[in-house]
Amino acid sequence: MARAAVSGRLGDRLRWTTARLTDRRIESDAARTLVFEVPGWPGHLAGQHVDVRLTAEDGYSTQRSYSLASAPDGESVELTVQRVDDGEVSPYLTDELAVDDVVELRGPVGGWFVWRPEQKEPILLVGGGSGLVPLMAMIRMRRAVGSRTPFRLVYVVRSPEYQLFVSDLRGDDPGLDKTYLYTRSTPAEWPRPPGRFTASELSNAGWPPDFEPTCYVCGSTGFVETAAGLLVALGHQPGRIRTERFGSSG
Amino acid sequence: MSWRMETACFGEWGHDMPIVSRGFHGRARETRHRLPPGQYETTDFPVLSAGPTPRVNPDEWEFTIRTETGTRHSWNWAEFTALPSQTPTVDLHCVTKWSKFDTEWQGVSLDVLLEDVETSADYALVHSYGDYTTNVPLEDLLDGKAWIAYRYDGEELAPEHGGPARLLVPHLYFWKSAKWVQRIQLLDEDERGFWENIGYHDYGDPWREQRYQGD
Repeated sequence: MARAAVSGRLGDRLRWTTARLTDRRIESDAARTLVFEVPGWPGHLAGQHVDVRLTAEDGYSTQRSYSLASAPDGESVELTVQRVDDGEVSPYLTDELAVDDVVELRGPVGGWFVWRPEQKEPILLVGGGSGLVPLMAMIRMRRAVGSRTPFRLVYVVRSPEYQLFVSDLRGDDPGLDKTYLYTRSTPAEWPRPPGRFTASELSNAGWPPDFEPTCYVCGSTGFVETAAGLLVALGHQPGRIRTERFGSSG
Repeated sequence: MSWRMETACFGEWGHDMPIVSRGFHGRARETRHRLPPGQYETTDFPVLSAGPTPRVNPDEWEFTIRTETGTRHSWNWAEFTALPSQTPTVDLHCVTKWSKFDTEWQGVSLDVLLEDVETSADYALVHSYGDYTTNVPLEDLLDGKAWIAYRYDGEELAPEHGGPARLLVPHLYFWKSAKWVQRIQLLDEDERGFWENIGYHDYGDPWREQRYQGD
């Protein structure tokens, strides 16, 4: 199953292939998980992404990059896409694309914002909004290989309606600590009032810098700037902080 | 991450002819001629970088060109900003698919910086504060094609966009325009940088869609 197929061979062309939608799941008001069947999929690392290409009848074609949400699982590949209301591509993927429709896809891409099960150091995942997606792939990879590497997840999200992977993260993952910080509104009876996250919250929910964790930070540019800056201020080495930023890629 | 099916010829399992997506219309008709393949236009200025934003004080800033024989040419901030500058207006194309048109910069042309540098090197490896690197053929830095830019849109260049100064080489994908530029090493042999070592293209021409190794 979770066989990392990244050979590191350079010079081979990443080819476009046809991916057929086999299932779709509602993750939140605006996010859908799209399950594709991709013949010949070689597997991937947790945190990698794919390029998706859409072509109109008049030949106009455009592409977007989406993080893989799933751990490697044969020829099945999952993308979790957040709808940007005025976007060109995401509303098509979340609302129009039906089971058995096809898109073009190539990947996996990216070798930096990845977690490999061989890594033994503690891991801190800091996600903002839909920035949780590649971090979820790491959590699922950890689960798939039965890793006991200590993980801590800090998930910062506007409100419960925007929260991703709620039921999946409700399960028992021994050694995974989860902290949810809501910025606009909280679930009922939630002890922390909604608001911006602080350095002390990140410090309490994360690892001490002298544990030398690798920190993965993903979200909007503003979120990543803030969170990565706080981690540096808390004493984490910049070289141990890996970032990925989601532009508003409609 | 590089991978392909072992097909012996074109057009079988892996293919290069786009297939039509049912019901997809898309936008960008009026600016399409300015968009390289696969790109879309944005009016934001998205940020892509691999780690935290380094904060470099101009008082401690120094920019160095080091030749293949080891000769160093350095400028501090005052010396650098006293050099004759230009104000290019250029289109940017990021490998993450966005393009941004008519961006306005101020910076020093590499032609000025390399004027008194004696070299027969063919390649450059650009180093940034914060350990980022990227490789560019030297000829792509010459003849009015590249600048060390320190102002954007009439303002000082913000740290998240590469300030105090970044390379600007807009005819290549934007990761080649190294932020927080610190030095340029001239080399006889091409040497891969940060993204190039993990699968991104050595040259990165957006019009030939050279995103990844092998494109």
